[in-house]
Amino acid sequence: MSATPMIQLKSVQKRYPGADADAVAHLDLTIDEGEIVVLVGPSGCGKTTTLRMINRLAEPTSGSIVVAGRAIDSMPPHELRRTIGYVIQQIGLFPHRSIAQNIATVPALLGWDKHRTDARVIELADLVDIDRSMLARYPSELSGGQRQRVGVARALAADPPVLLMDEPFGAVDPIVRERLQRELLSLQQRLQKTIVLVTHDIDEAILVGDRVAILNTGGILEQYATPAEILTSPANSFVAGFLGSDRGIKRLSLLTIETHMIEDGPVVFHDTPTSEASDVMDRHALDWAIVVAEGRIEGSVSKSGLNGDTIAQSRMEVLDSVIERSATLKDALDVIISTNGRCAAVTEGGRYVGVITTAGISQRISQ
Amino acid sequence: MISVAQGSDQPIIVWDWIGRNLGNILDRTIEHLVLTAIAIVVGTLLSVILTLLALRWRRSYGPITWVTGLLYTIPSLALFTFLVPITGLSVLTAEIGLVSYTLLILVRNMVTGIDEVPQEVVDAAKGMGYTRRGRFWKIEVPLALPVIINGIRLATVTVIGLVTVTSLIGLGGLGFFILRGLQTFSSPIGTTQIFVGTALSIALAVTADLSLVALEKVATPWRPRGTP
Amino acid sequence: MIDGFLGEVIDWFTDPANWTGIDGIPNRLWEHIQMSALAMMIAAAIAVPVAVYLAHRRIGGSFVVAVVNIGRAIPSFAVVAVALPITIRMGLGLGFWPTLLALLFLAVPPLFSHAHAGVVGIDAALVDAAVGMGMTDSQVIRRVEVPLALPVLMDGGRIAAVQVVATATLGALVAWGGLGRYIIDGFATQNLPEVFAGGLLVALLAIATEGVFSLADWVIRTRQHRIVTHSHKVDV
Repeated sequence: MSATPMIQLKSVQKRYPGADADAVAHLDLTIDEGEIVVLVGPSGCGKTTTLRMINRLAEPTSGSIVVAGRAIDSMPPHELRRTIGYVIQQIGLFPHRSIAQNIATVPALLGWDKHRTDARVIELADLVDIDRSMLARYPSELSGGQRQRVGVARALAADPPVLLMDEPFGAVDPIVRERLQRELLSLQQRLQKTIVLVTHDIDEAILVGDRVAILNTGGILEQYATPAEILTSPANSFVAGFLGSDRGIKRLSLLTIETHMIEDGPVVFHDTPTSEASDVMDRHALDWAIVVAEGRIEGSVSKSGLNGDTIAQSRMEVLDSVIERSATLKDALDVIISTNGRCAAVTEGGRYVGVITTAGISQRISQ
Repeated sequence: MISVAQGSDQPIIVWDWIGRNLGNILDRTIEHLVLTAIAIVVGTLLSVILTLLALRWRRSYGPITWVTGLLYTIPSLALFTFLVPITGLSVLTAEIGLVSYTLLILVRNMVTGIDEVPQEVVDAAKGMGYTRRGRFWKIEVPLALPVIINGIRLATVTVIGLVTVTSLIGLGGLGFFILRGLQTFSSPIGTTQIFVGTALSIALAVTADLSLVALEKVATPWRPRGTP
Repeated sequence: MIDGFLGEVIDWFTDPANWTGIDGIPNRLWEHIQMSALAMMIAAAIAVPVAVYLAHRRIGGSFVVAVVNIGRAIPSFAVVAVALPITIRMGLGLGFWPTLLALLFLAVPPLFSHAHAGVVGIDAALVDAAVGMGMTDSQVIRRVEVPLALPVLMDGGRIAAVQVVATATLGALVAWGGLGRYIIDGFATQNLPEVFAGGLLVALLAIATEGVFSLADWVIRTRQHRIVTHSHKVDV
């Protein structure tokens, strides 16, 4: 990722007529090419106003904004907007146009020919995981999550280098939201756009942002750094307060399971004698063991469930403390805490690779 | 002159008369349709202009509503009496009166229709790079169409009814028969004429209403069925 | 030319003969107002209680819509004309009865539909609270639904009243009096200033009627401190 500035806000100020305070106060911000910058802060901090000044939906009272080397006031607003993708919370799909027509909006405005547009629409539908059969339907026929994706596809249609997103996942339920956030990240891996995203949710900012700008009421920039930096060293008490008292745990969501953290776990096999199984459990100071067959986790067996000569004759239960290798430490801790409180089995591609323990996690944090 | 009737054993409808006067009836029906069509077309054009004005300069909406409301409240017959000294017993008089009546309904529906387009759709259109004009004609107007067509529907049905009143200034369309019928109500031909004028006026109104409902459905294929 | 004509109209208004007797302005005006008021009161007495009751029980919604739609498709002129043979055959004759009958027919639909919509549009939570507090059905209707439906009802009253005043003008065609007399008689005798004067009086009365109802509506709305959510669509 190069550090070429893509969007530069220089001393940008916005004061609404008749207001006695700035909505945005002399903000200096540089957003580099290919990064996702999240503007986050409480209500009234000017994050949405700032975003809307980039595509001139709001006009700065003073200061300048430069996008891709050009001052934004050097061209008519509608021309500027056709080069910047725009996604809003309520999406705003045109009800009277089909999904395909919605996606094709900016290409149509730019005068692309039909073939090029059609091909692009299909390409985008595949990209955001919208079934091609949906293209002829109308927005009213789609679910909330589907509409959200169409909104993103529509913003990307003319392949703009910059994407502005205003609370894009605010209007869907938390489960869908998390999925959409992860989809955005994987999309970004492929497309490498410059994205400015506004949210009031600090967790979203930490998850999604390469850099996060924390704004205070009146558009004051309190801190502008990577999520890890902000979490480890908040610039002041406002930032610390905004991050919340679970700041430490939030940090865990930025860390993933590292190889050296994976330990040997209490593993038994179908043909393991029950006496040996009992020893394995004791060695790990647990009263249960993981049953592995052909490299995959089959279940667990507790000490009280041991029966007969081998594990095959014992009572097997479902193992619920399992976590994927690629998970964050926060997810791993969550699984451990909500199951047995000691450790969780780690799988990679479906195969058992070891366990991760609370001790291992806390050791990592203290580094 | 209206004469007092006595006969209640006489038929109410003389079908024979209808058969003999099909030509007249057709002529009057056409007259009715023409008067209505002119009023609606002119009314719609004027209303579009007034609506564009009202949308451009919000302050003008109040006075526009006030004036068109006034014209609406004044009974059609009274309005015609004001015009007769100036424009005589003519189609022009009738049309000025009829058009005036449609303005309130049409302007109000057009403005409301545009206002009711969801804010986020307008915002998205703006953010994507539509010019003001493009946004208005390609996004806002199509989405306002259901309400606008509804207004035209209301206006059309109203005008069809009012055309009958123009019989008093020498026109009338199907109202001609109603008036004639009133003047000769003692005879069965009188009641027949009232019947013919009334039935056909209602038929025209219902047909127009249903046609415009169908038009609305055709013009808005994107509407989820099952919503009013 | 216009100057001369307006002069003639003014002459008509200043002629004392036009202020006396049966055909004088006071009498015709009074006739017109009386008839309109009578029609409104009877129509309201018929339409409102039925509509309120039906709305309270949440029935008749589609019937209301049908009534309104049918009512709109029938020209008021036709209503007056059709009323005549009916009252003749009923032995009630000309003049007063067909006019009243026609006006009733025109006033009932808007009153009915607005009364119904007004009650239906009341926030269900308010009615629920009232019932929950122990009010009987009739108490709910009297103390909650009718007062809260009043603004919408007044809207309907306004629409009906203006329609009634306007159509009463046509009563002159069925040998009734009222201000329409000037217009009809004027046309018959080619006395255009009289026609104009009649039209002016009718217009002023209609505007005044609208004004009175708007005022009543304003009074009711400002006196209602309760927040009511209505989702009705009011006809013009």
